[in-house]
Amino acid sequence: MESTGSLILYFIVALSMVVFSVMAVTTRKILRAATYLLFTLFAAAVVYFMLDYEFLGAVQIAVYAGGIVVLFVFAILLTSRPGDNTERLTSRSRVLGGIAAALTLVVAGYALVSRCAIAFAARPAMENPDMETIGQTLMGTGHGQYLLPFEAVSVLLLACIIGGVVIARKR
Amino acid sequence: MELTAIYYLLPALFMFCCGVYGFITRKNMIAMLISLELMLNAVDINFVVFNRFLYPGAFEGMFFTLFAIAIAAAETALAIAIIINIFRAVRNIDVRSLNEMKF
Repeated sequence: MESTGSLILYFIVALSMVVFSVMAVTTRKILRAATYLLFTLFAAAVVYFMLDYEFLGAVQIAVYAGGIVVLFVFAILLTSRPGDNTERLTSRSRVLGGIAAALTLVVAGYALVSRCAIAFAARPAMENPDMETIGQTLMGTGHGQYLLPFEAVSVLLLACIIGGVVIARKR
Repeated sequence: MELTAIYYLLPALFMFCCGVYGFITRKNMIAMLISLELMLNAVDINFVVFNRFLYPGAFEGMFFTLFAIAIAAAETALAIAIIINIFRAVRNIDVRSLNEMKF
């Protein structure tokens, strides 16, 4: 059983996730779309906190909300004037997008609700993963430990830094 | 009332569908990138939820999400560098006006 507080928190988070993700893809001002994306990412971070992954929630806020959304805002302000509206959608593209999204929703939702018994599993008890466990899992080379992907990601980030500098510099 | 996995999976599914809709309908490249972030984030939530509800002692979903966040950050930074470069070249980031790839 959940406490009343966590139920209320859950409904606030689920509602804000749904509402803000709809608004992020339908608003006509692009800067507002970035702001609604920020709220959706915060809702996802709260979901991570509710599921006892505090480290992941902190990473989500630091990297997504602190890094990626700021990048988006910079790029938007560099490439368009703040007051600009995007032009109205044609009804054809709106119908196409609506069909694709509704098909995905119906097929995956039907499979999830009627065919997937594990989706109704109750939440098992879990100790919060402490920093020592996370660090040893990230840095270990044993079974179920992630040193190699960690190094691969670090090389990827280095390549990304160099690529970003090369692509975006003045010619 | 008990919050089972489906209560977390359905909002994530809805978020993914919003991303699909936005990716198809938007014409501005940055708005398309925003829709892409929505989809990536929905998938991250699914990883975490399945990890937490099915294998609470393991960390696979959590570390997949961690690496997915890192790769999403790298991908966004590169994509925005490309978009700004395109904006310098043609003063426009509408995907319909970008139909030739030369400088």
